[in-house]
Amino acid sequence: MAASSETEGSTPSVSLWNDPKKRALIYQAIVVVGLLGVATYFIVNTAANLEERGIASGFGFLFSPAGFDVGMSPFLTYDASKATHGTVLIVGVLNTLLVAITGIVIATIVGFTVGVLRLSPNWLVSRLAYCYVETLRNIPLLLQLLFWYFAVLGTLPSKRDSINIFDTFYVNIEGMFGPLPVPQDGFWMILVAIAIAIAAIVFIKKWAQKRQDETGQPFPLLMVSIGLLIVLPLIAAIISGFPLEFEHPQKSRFGLRGGMIILPEFAALVLGLSLYTASFIAEIVRAGIQAISHGQTEAAYALGVRPTITMRLVIIPQALRVIVPPLTSQYLNLTKNSSLAVAIGGAEIVAIFAGTSLNQAGQAIEIIFITMAFYLTVSLLISMFMNWYNRRIALVER
Amino acid sequence: MADISFVRTESHPDLPPPSSEVGIIAWLRQNLFSSWMNSLLTVAAIYALYKILPPLFSWAFFNADWSGKTYQDCTSEGACWAMIRVRFGQFMYGFYPEAERWRVNLGFLLFFGTMIPLLIEGVPGKKYFAIFVFILFPPIAFLLFYGGLGLEAVDTAQWGGLMLTMVLASVTIIVSLPLGIVFALGRRSNMPVVRMICVCFIELWRGVPLITVLFMGSVMLPLFLPPGTHFDKILRTLIVMAFFAAAYMAEVVRGGLQAIPKGQFEAAQAMGMNYWKLMGLIVLPQALKIVIPGIVNTFIGLFKDTTLVLVIGLFDFLSIIQAATTHKNWLGTSTEGYVFAACVFWIFCFGMSRYSITLERRLDTGHRN
Repeated sequence: MAASSETEGSTPSVSLWNDPKKRALIYQAIVVVGLLGVATYFIVNTAANLEERGIASGFGFLFSPAGFDVGMSPFLTYDASKATHGTVLIVGVLNTLLVAITGIVIATIVGFTVGVLRLSPNWLVSRLAYCYVETLRNIPLLLQLLFWYFAVLGTLPSKRDSINIFDTFYVNIEGMFGPLPVPQDGFWMILVAIAIAIAAIVFIKKWAQKRQDETGQPFPLLMVSIGLLIVLPLIAAIISGFPLEFEHPQKSRFGLRGGMIILPEFAALVLGLSLYTASFIAEIVRAGIQAISHGQTEAAYALGVRPTITMRLVIIPQALRVIVPPLTSQYLNLTKNSSLAVAIGGAEIVAIFAGTSLNQAGQAIEIIFITMAFYLTVSLLISMFMNWYNRRIALVER
Repeated sequence: MADISFVRTESHPDLPPPSSEVGIIAWLRQNLFSSWMNSLLTVAAIYALYKILPPLFSWAFFNADWSGKTYQDCTSEGACWAMIRVRFGQFMYGFYPEAERWRVNLGFLLFFGTMIPLLIEGVPGKKYFAIFVFILFPPIAFLLFYGGLGLEAVDTAQWGGLMLTMVLASVTIIVSLPLGIVFALGRRSNMPVVRMICVCFIELWRGVPLITVLFMGSVMLPLFLPPGTHFDKILRTLIVMAFFAAAYMAEVVRGGLQAIPKGQFEAAQAMGMNYWKLMGLIVLPQALKIVIPGIVNTFIGLFKDTTLVLVIGLFDFLSIIQAATTHKNWLGTSTEGYVFAACVFWIFCFGMSRYSITLERRLDTGHRN
């Protein structure tokens, strides 16, 4: 009590400048005023510039007709004569998400494979994996995309003499064509069967865990799960009479029509992105596995645990703790790098919305703002998901 | 004693190890054919190499054309390296006037001449080299590259090729390093407003792709200045790239700041040091030393990312090669162009990443806390 009254009493003797708390307040006030000043300067200038160029600001352009064709729109029908810039934005967002998700899946599979091969006792294989990693990660991604698009996919045959694979798949310079599955009446039965299979697997997993805890008897969960996932939908398909037909691409005067098509822009983008990111993921995986002390493996072997189970239940769960945080940033990078599609004429948000729409509507500020807001949201969502996953697998300290 | 018929008085020399345990055969057995799975992998790998390497070599070397004026002069099956030879000057300097190219050479000679001693351990007078590179060199480089003081002015529109790539990368790193340190300090500051501003700044720039940032630089920045102001395109690109890199640099530096034990801060405060002395003399020297590999890695990423200026129409190394391969004289040489560009980028990036690894080993003094 006495001390506090003493400090209160001594406050007036400290000058404003020598009191760290007050000084901090002054500093912050200066920073805020400076920032506001710069912002006002920019806003005033921007307003003057926009007025001079006769550009009306606002988001009204999203409802004005766009009038150009986007290359690819697998999720909603895009009609160039009716579409607005808002439609272009939605198509761009969906395509970006498609590229990001496909890329992340492929990059993870390739990256984990190469990362494990890098540690293989086989000298030749581990050298090859090393060459893969060092080559791909030291060459700019844009260069790789251009290479895949122009130098590799650009040399595919013209649409007249496309490569024919069993009369089902066709590959030519316009893309890869294949049969498109079209669900018929009664397809819901198969979906229900898949749902039942998943529910059954969850139930069996709980039961198997409980039984193993009580009796020590292991249960071949993986095999049974795969079996259920195949058999149940198959039974449903037989009962409902195979309610799935394939729409095959048809040859017409203007090339192949119908069916499923993978455009070369999309293929080059996904290929380039996932192979590039896989080289980084491979290094992360290698480092993660090497970070686990060898004693863990030896201890497991000493207990009589078999190598595959050691890997699955001892090494990988521990390695994942090291792997997940850098893996998150690689996923974020892949998503952000999907914007490079603009260089090869892909159809994602930067290319069609921040590119073509911006040139046509001229609303630079609004469009760049929307695009950046989209990427920020996606980045945030991915890091939230990965943080949740990271917490789930984190070491539970007792 | 005589009934012992034979007593060995010296030891028998070691027998040579069995031939399956030493030499090439043992190495092969251990490393390539240790199990049936490994043997299978080895055979598959050898087959893949056999399928890839001979055609690659015959394309790149044995069947390649090394001279010519247009793509029609490239008559053999292989690569058309003539394109690279004819366009080499442009790939290096862009549209920089030929008579003035010595200025670029001199500039980069000075730069590398001072950077290399700075990067090698044990070279004396590092302080002076650092002062030269970070303080004296930028104005000298500006004079040499852009012109002034009697040197003929070369408009930035004529800059291009590898020179532009280097300028973009080195200016960005020199500007973003101090900026990044400032933002990292701001992020760990005790002042809530400053901390919030720094966090927002860093996360905003890190959350968006560089392409949108470049678009912003090329379409939005001119709107921010009073109407009618001329704003150089390369300068605009440099500004946004420096901010972008600064945000990444800030996170790298923050990692270093967090690694410094609390005792260092407390000891410095107990000595009566104020904030700037504490940071400048105690914390930053230790923190920056830890994060040098991280800075080099950020720089490698940045160097690769400079290629993105292709999208906003600057003629950097990759962009000018692409332009050359689509020229009517050199149709169908895009593979050669990309392979050449890839080799150049690879040499730079691989070299830097090796340097970063050596550095990491050298700086790792085994302190873990």
